[in-house]
Formats: sequence, C-alpha cells, structure tokens
Amino acid sequence: MVPELGHFALILALLLAIVQAVFPLAGSLSGNRPWMVMARPLAFGQLTMLGIAFAALVQAFVTSDFSVLYVTQHSNTVLPDIYKVSAVWGGHEGSLLLWVLFMAGWGAAVAVFSRNLPLAVLARVISVQGMIAIGFLLFMLTTSNPFERMFPVPQEGRDLNPLLQDPGLAIHPPMLYMGYVGFSVAFAFAVAALIGGRLDAAWARWSRPWTTLSWVFLTIGIMLGSWWAYYELGWGGWWFWDPVENASLMPWLVGTALIHSLAVTEKRAAFKSWTVLLAICAFSLSLLGTFLVRSGVLTSVHAFATDPSRGLFILLFLCVVVGGSLALYAWRAPEVSDGGRFHFVSRETSLLANNLLFVAFTVLVLFGTLAPLIYEAFGWGKISVGFPWFNKMFLALAPFLALVLGLGPALRWKRDQPMRLVRGLWWALALSILVLALSYLPAFSGGHVWVPVGLALAAWLTLAHIAVVRERLRNKGGLTKRGPALLADLRGGGRSFYGMVVAHLGVAVLVVGITLVSNLQQEEDVRMSPGDSHEIAGYRFEFLGVDPVPGPNYMAQRGHFKVYRGERQIDELYPEKRAYLGGGMPMTEAAIDPGLFRDIYVSLGEPVGDQGDWALRLYYKPFVRWIWLGAILMALGGVLAVSDRRYRIARAPARQPVRQPVQGPATDVTAAA
Amino acid sequence: MQPFKSVRHLAPLIVFAALAALLVWGLGQDPRELPSPLIGKPVPVFTLPTLEDPSRMMSDADLRGKVSLVNVWASWCSSCRAEHQALMALSALRDFQIVGLNWKDKADDARRVLAMTGNPYDLNGYDPDNRVGIHWGVYGAPETFVVDRQGIIRLKHIGPIDRGVWQDKLEPLVAELRADG
Repeated sequence: MVPELGHFALILALLLAIVQAVFPLAGSLSGNRPWMVMARPLAFGQLTMLGIAFAALVQAFVTSDFSVLYVTQHSNTVLPDIYKVSAVWGGHEGSLLLWVLFMAGWGAAVAVFSRNLPLAVLARVISVQGMIAIGFLLFMLTTSNPFERMFPVPQEGRDLNPLLQDPGLAIHPPMLYMGYVGFSVAFAFAVAALIGGRLDAAWARWSRPWTTLSWVFLTIGIMLGSWWAYYELGWGGWWFWDPVENASLMPWLVGTALIHSLAVTEKRAAFKSWTVLLAICAFSLSLLGTFLVRSGVLTSVHAFATDPSRGLFILLFLCVVVGGSLALYAWRAPEVSDGGRFHFVSRETSLLANNLLFVAFTVLVLFGTLAPLIYEAFGWGKISVGFPWFNKMFLALAPFLALVLGLGPALRWKRDQPMRLVRGLWWALALSILVLALSYLPAFSGGHVWVPVGLALAAWLTLAHIAVVRERLRNKGGLTKRGPALLADLRGGGRSFYGMVVAHLGVAVLVVGITLVSNLQQEEDVRMSPGDSHEIAGYRFEFLGVDPVPGPNYMAQRGHFKVYRGERQIDELYPEKRAYLGGGMPMTEAAIDPGLFRDIYVSLGEPVGDQGDWALRLYYKPFVRWIWLGAILMALGGVLAVSDRRYRIARAPARQPVRQPVQGPATDVTAAA
Repeated sequence: MQPFKSVRHLAPLIVFAALAALLVWGLGQDPRELPSPLIGKPVPVFTLPTLEDPSRMMSDADLRGKVSLVNVWASWCSSCRAEHQALMALSALRDFQIVGLNWKDKADDARRVLAMTGNPYDLNGYDPDNRVGIHWGVYGAPETFVVDRQGIIRLKHIGPIDRGVWQDKLEPLVAELRADG
C-alpha cells in the first residue's frame, strides 16, 4: 500500500512538473500574472510530492518490504538500520529519486528565498526547473521505477554492496547530488535570463549565492568520495581518474570557473555571455556525468547496473536540455553587449586567465574520459588513457593556476599599476623563492623536483593572500588595531572577501598535501609472522597476529599491530578483512593512525601459509590529510561567502529589492572574486 | 546582429552536437578492444578468493611456473558462453593451465553456469567489484591473457576465443612458451 502511495506521488509530481513547466513561463511571456503567481505553490507542491515518494521508499527499506523489487536488490534484514536508510540511494532507481527530490528542494528554496526577485524572473526559473523535472520523472516512471513490486515475495533480500556499507559513502552521494542538482538553479537562472533577454549585473547577483552553495556541496561530495576511496579500497590512493570521478570533477571545474566569472559579471558587467555559457555547461556536465555513470558507454568501478534503454533515454534528455539551451544561447546571446572594458593589468584579466585554465582543464578531463570512444569512432585504433596522462595534464596546468591565483586578488578591477603590485607583493615573491631554494635541498625534497615547486607555489598563494588581507585592513582601520578591524569587517560586508581568502588558502593547503604525498609517500608489501616487526619511514610495526571477530552482518579477521616511533608506542592498529553474510568477496578495512602531518596505514592482504603469516601493506603517507583539509577550507570559504550580508539583505523579504550592486570604491577593490 | 558574432555563439551548440553524435554512436558499441600496456610486464600483484571456495585464496603466485591462459569471464556475458565450448576443448589439453577471472559477477550465478556447462578452469578468482580486473586493464568480458612461466603477460586477446583465434593467435604462442622451457 505504501509503495503504491509513493508511486502515485511520483505520478502526481510529474503532472505538477508539467503544469510548472508550462504556466509560469507562459504567464511571464504573456504578462498573465495569475499564471506567474502559480510558480511558488507549484514548487512547494513538487517538493511535497517527491518528499512523500521518498518517505515511502525509506519506509519500504526500514521495514524490509521485500515485495518491492528495489528493496530486495539492495537490502536485507540483518543490515544495520543506518545502512537500510542509506541503501535507499545505493542503487540506480533510488539515487535517481534522491536526485529529483533534491532538485525539488532547490526549487522550493529559490521560491522561499527569492522574494525580491521580479515575479517574471522567478516564474521562468521555476518553469525551467519544471522542465528538467519532467525529464527525470518520465525517466523514472518509464524505465527505473523504484516502487516496482515483485511476486512471489522473497524471504530475504540480497545485500547492499558491502563497499557502500560505510558512513563516508552513506553521505557521499547525497552531497554530490546536492551539488550536481544545485547547478540546475544556476542553469535555470541563465536560461530564464536568456528567455527574458535580461543579462545584467542583477542576474549575476541573484545567481551567485546559489552557485556558490551548490559548489560547496559538490566540493564536499568529491572530498568525501576521495577520502572514502582512501580508507576503504585499501590501495591508499585518493584519486584514480576513474570515469565516474571525472564525471563529478568536470562540473566542479566548470562550476569553479562560473563562480569567478559571475563575480566579474556582477561587479563589472563584463563576460556576460561567457558566464551564461558556463552556467549552461556546469549543469550540462552534471547531466553528462549522470549519463556516463548509468549508460554503460564507459566502464568504471563505480558504474551502476547499466541498461541500453536507460542510456538512450538519458542521452535524448541530454540532447533536449543541453541542445535546447545552447540553441537558445546561440539565438539570444549575440544581442548581449560585452560590457565593461578592462586594461591588461587588471583583475578581470586574471579572472579571465582563471576561467581559461579551468575550462582547458575541463576539456582535457572530458577528452581523457571520452578518448577511448573518440579513438574508436574515428578508427584511429584503441587507446586507454590512464592515470599518467591525467597526472601529466594536471601538472602542466596547475602551476599556472596557482601563480594567477596568488596574483588575482591583489589586482584592482579595470586597471591597475604594475608598480603598485610589485610594491605590495615583492616580499611574498621573495619569500616564495626562498622556500623554493630551501626545499630544493635534498634533505627536504628527497630529490623530487616537484616538491620545491609545489611548496613554493603554496607559499606564494598563502603570502600573496596575507598581503591582500593586510592591505584591506589598512584601508579599513589601520594595522594597529588589526583584530577589531577584522571582526568589524566580518560583521560588515567583508564575508565574501574572507570567504575567498579562506577558499584560496584551502587551495594552498591542498597543493601542499598533493605535492608531499605524491612525492614522499612510502609503501611496502611485506609478509609477517605474529611477533615480527618491520620498520618503514622511522615507524616500527609489530604484528601480533590475526583473530576472528564477529560484526553485525559480517565476520571479520582482525589484525593487531603496535606501532612504535623509536622506543615509544604511539598507537595500536586493527585492520580488518570482512566477509559479509550477504555473500560476495571479503572487504578490507584499512587501519589508519591519522595525523596532521602523516598517516600510518596498514591493510591486511591475505593469509600466507598455515603458521599465521599474513601478506600486509604498510604505508607512510605524509600530509595526506591536507588534501581533504584543503577541500574543507574551500567549502568553508564558500559558506562564508554565501553568508555575506549583501545576500542576506537581498534576500530579506520585507526590504526593497536591490537591483544593482552598490559599488563603493572600497568593496570595488577588494570584494570577493 | 552581425553574422560573425552569431557564428561565434553557435560554436558551443556545434561542439555539443558532435559530442552527442559520439555518445549516440558509443551507446551501440562495447567499450573494449584496447591494447594492453601490460604486454611484456609481470602480472599485477593480486590476491582473490577462489570462486569454488571463497575461503581459499589464489594470487599472482599461482600464475608462475606454468604457462597460463587467464580468461576474464562472467555468467551474464553471452560471448563468454559462446567461448565456453572452446575453453572446454582446450582444458582437455593438459599442457597449460586455464585460470578464470570471474569478473563483476555473482558467485552463485557463476557456479551455476560451471555446474551446468562444465568447468574448464583449473582455478577461478572471484572479482565481483573489478578490484583486480582494473589492474589488469580489463574493459569487458571476455578477455584472455597469455602468461608465461615467469609470470610475464605475453598477449591479450579481447573477445571470445574460437577455433580460428586459437589456431592463428594463441596456439603458436603457447607452443613457443612451452618450448622455452
């Protein structure tokens, strides 16, 4: 009964989506106010219906209703409750439902928080979201219905893939989907602006907080995925350039470019049509990612159960959405003026460079991901683009990005004096070169050329931003009362500026992490008997043996290690190998002694011989945490920027709509990029 | 509206059309047939539970000392069934071992197939999540690797083995590897 309710709610959501796609938009074009006013209630109705459908599916999982095919495939009675809930999005159908639920959530949020939006714009935005919802709901109802029943009802379900029975992975997909779907808001704003022919600073201002917020979710989602791969797959790697990882990285890259480009459009009314194009691309790449994961065109470790009819549907949908929006762009964008002019030495130039680098990187990732297809299609033979190629491309672009990133925030809009820049930044440059020279010494770099380069770039990023913050505080309240000036600034309109600084410092932290762990990590595969000791990177591992330990729905072989630094014991580690009762192959649970400056990582291989010997992997990973710490800082910066008073004023329902950004000279120089 | 400008704005649409055409074409294809960078390299280090008995393990060490055909297969793969007869015939020749890599499969289904149609494999590693397959560069099933006594991968064949493939491609190499001592 409840699953039928859920199914029915899905059908109602589709009908609502059709109304939502047609009437508010038609109303905005014909000036029919009652039709436009329908937008808000429709957005809420959509959320309600999908909320009911989702709750119905959760209920089916929690009560282990195996008459529902999808539940049988992804859950069983011994699964811990928390994973019964996360199993809802553990497969294709349920994750799609989560997707549309989030989209409806974003739509409703736009309806709530955009009171100051002109009604016509809101109506168009909600309509565009309705169109996307139609596609996804049709897709679900025709090819991927999560409420499909099955008879006879089995006694027991299969199991959630043991890989997914993990807290990190339970929240990784929701975060990722929030990010993917969040870009639908920026997309809807862009399309609405193209329809209305109004691409101005106000449009950029409305889009900015939504774009930043989705970017924050996407950043966290990708970070969780990387962290999960690190501790769960037992390989100790944190990024694999897998097609599915790339599918999430591409929208992130374009989204990052979009955030920066929106800043230019808002502040200087420049890059307008470029910004719209980026907004369209960010969401298109989210859709492309969905297609790649679910169609079977590319194989991947993460791929969902694939089915050609699903692939065809998503592809058609992709063509309608992306093709339609790009056609609209080709038709409308030529009428848009290019906006403010700028000098070569200006912040606009640095942001243009940022955009070009990010887009170039996206194109490379897209090419690398699709290369097997492209080569085959043109009969150029078969290639597989792997790890080394992506790493090489990344290394070719990243240093330039870091250089520009240090320079950009120090530059003034429109036109700057090169000599002013030199006066402000010479010491940062000098110190960075010092870092370069020092870390080039073999004692630090271990002979790896990239170590000094990476560290110097990170130093440059950090110091350049310190210089920028100093200058801003000097302008605000003098350097003598730095603390109070900073606090006042944070309470005032400075949050988007400090958000930018925090996010950029996150990049510096990330650069340090990637550089050091890639070049200086140590790993060894060893065979050890109980009682043996092995030393790696100054840490001595004492192996005490392996014992069987039962878990809630698995049996584990648990190893026991003591780790010594010199004579001092610093930790005991318990890596596991789990055999899940639902069947399948054993899972490794690496044991990690985490630290800010290094991780010690042990994973169990296989038993060798019958004397209790085991094959083991021991890793020493310097600064690996900095990778995720950097990502967290970036996300934090995004949150700080979104909480800026400018947006809150703009969103407060009772205030007058703010159509044009206030361009005081102080904010003009230093406000967030 | 100047024509030059509008052409510029059409560019994204054109790029997307090309991409879409590629994807349409890709839907009809199998993502396989890629040359292996592993030829001439030692087999990747791995350990896997065996399909027959998950508590027993097999590893790359099992591929040393004998000439091996490593065959990637799955019960859901129809080409693998087509290939099955050929493998059964080969398993009657006892001068090399056939090692299965049961890939992205369910153990019960795989065992059922072997019980019904015969088991040509001397050993079968069970790799449901492509954890080992990914290191072998497996793009689809079936794929077959020829591994020499030293555990070096000598050849990768993508797609089913039939009489012709065996006679033209695999048999000469296997004979040569056996002769090498």
